Amino acid sequence: MITKRIIPCLDVRNGRVVKGKNFEGIQDVSDPVEMARFYNREGADELVFYDITASVEERGLFTDILKRVASEIFIPLTVGGGINTLEDFDRVLKCGADKVSVNSGAIKNPDIIERAAKKYGDQCVVLSMDIKRVDGDFKLFAKGGRENTGVDALQWAKDGVERGAGELVVNSIDTDGVKGGFDLELQSEIAARVNVPIIASGGAGKMEDFSDLFKHKGMDAGLAASIFHYKEIRISDLKSYLKSQGVEVRL
Amino acid sequence: MIAIIDYGVGNLFSLTASLRYLGAEAVVTGKKEDIEAADRIILPGVGAFEDAIAKLRDTGLVETIVNETAKGKPLLGICLGMQLLFQESREYGVHEGLGLIKGVIAPIDEDLKAEGIEGLKVPHIGWNALSFESDEPLFKYIKQGDCVYYVHSFYGKDCEESIIASSMYGIRITGAVRNGKVYGTQFHPEKSGEVGLNILKAFMEV
Repeated sequence: MITKRIIPCLDVRNGRVVKGKNFEGIQDVSDPVEMARFYNREGADELVFYDITASVEERGLFTDILKRVASEIFIPLTVGGGINTLEDFDRVLKCGADKVSVNSGAIKNPDIIERAAKKYGDQCVVLSMDIKRVDGDFKLFAKGGRENTGVDALQWAKDGVERGAGELVVNSIDTDGVKGGFDLELQSEIAARVNVPIIASGGAGKMEDFSDLFKHKGMDAGLAASIFHYKEIRISDLKSYLKSQGVEVRL
Repeated sequence: MIAIIDYGVGNLFSLTASLRYLGAEAVVTGKKEDIEAADRIILPGVGAFEDAIAKLRDTGLVETIVNETAKGKPLLGICLGMQLLFQESREYGVHEGLGLIKGVIAPIDEDLKAEGIEGLKVPHIGWNALSFESDEPLFKYIKQGDCVYYVHSFYGKDCEESIIASSMYGIRITGAVRNGKVYGTQFHPEKSGEVGLNILKAFMEV
């Protein structure tokens, strides 16, 4: 059967991994290529790179890194950050990305999902969403979670899939950084509305959080950053643990 | 040298990078002479069958590919490239394929439904365990149950005489086929980590 995926996420700014401190076991903890090698050895099922650079020069640096990673690591690579146009899709796909994640770009212009899906295929378009509870409703947030768009997040997810998004990254702002577990309520609400893979993000603090996630119907992948970067959880240990819990994983 | 057929479909970065990583000489080409001069051919592809087969025919390379494989030159079709090798596809209509593998390409969701299987998403995306015919040269460097990476909504069926590997996804999904030295993999070896590299390595030795 298809296995559940464990995905580390690397934020890259100015050619370096942000949050890359306190990481033991590799030589240069801030070098994205070194980090990618390490995670590949550990058994990561995919890698997500977020380009959080601001300038054109830094963007060039990012695509160089992407090329270097894609030249030696042969697992799926997803790239996000600053994706607003079809040209942005093209730029990262040519450098070795397999999937492209859109977030704010799709909020500004939802058409981008449809146009990219038509051009590159649904499997290439990942819709990433930052979601938070406001007065009991799930709302879609923009600008890295700082701005409430007022849009109903559950409807946004459903619409995104109808427009052609092939996967969803569902990031819960409420649980993000809390390390008390994934936002299972939010994840389940989304899963009930769409039939594409869901990558849950926000809240993982311990290995049990992943097994709890995967016991929920419709959950395909768990994404995390700092717990992997700070080595609070080793991916290799996590996968052995999940296997012992009866979760199908790639070892 | 390996000729990777360029017909304007798909992203060839990882495929060329993985072959280079293995030390193979590969050229992405739409030229007849390159395909004739190569000792192996790879037919890549992502997207829709109808569009891809039309683009491949437009290159005028089909005859060359068929002739070269008839002479015994190894060919590997990957993902949609594998599907194009079949006799026909039922992806949005009926479309004729290259006919190098006996069988048809059919939608996964219809067959899941016909079997009464619910709760599985289509496309079939992710890592799935492969079981294969143990004496197949393509798999000489991997183990039964090793995982490979799939992304697809249609699959090869009625191809019993050619099937050499499969994965379970509610139904038995054709993972790889072979007819003589014409090989096809539904999964992406260039995205399947070490296991995938080992399959490509084996292909370079068939």
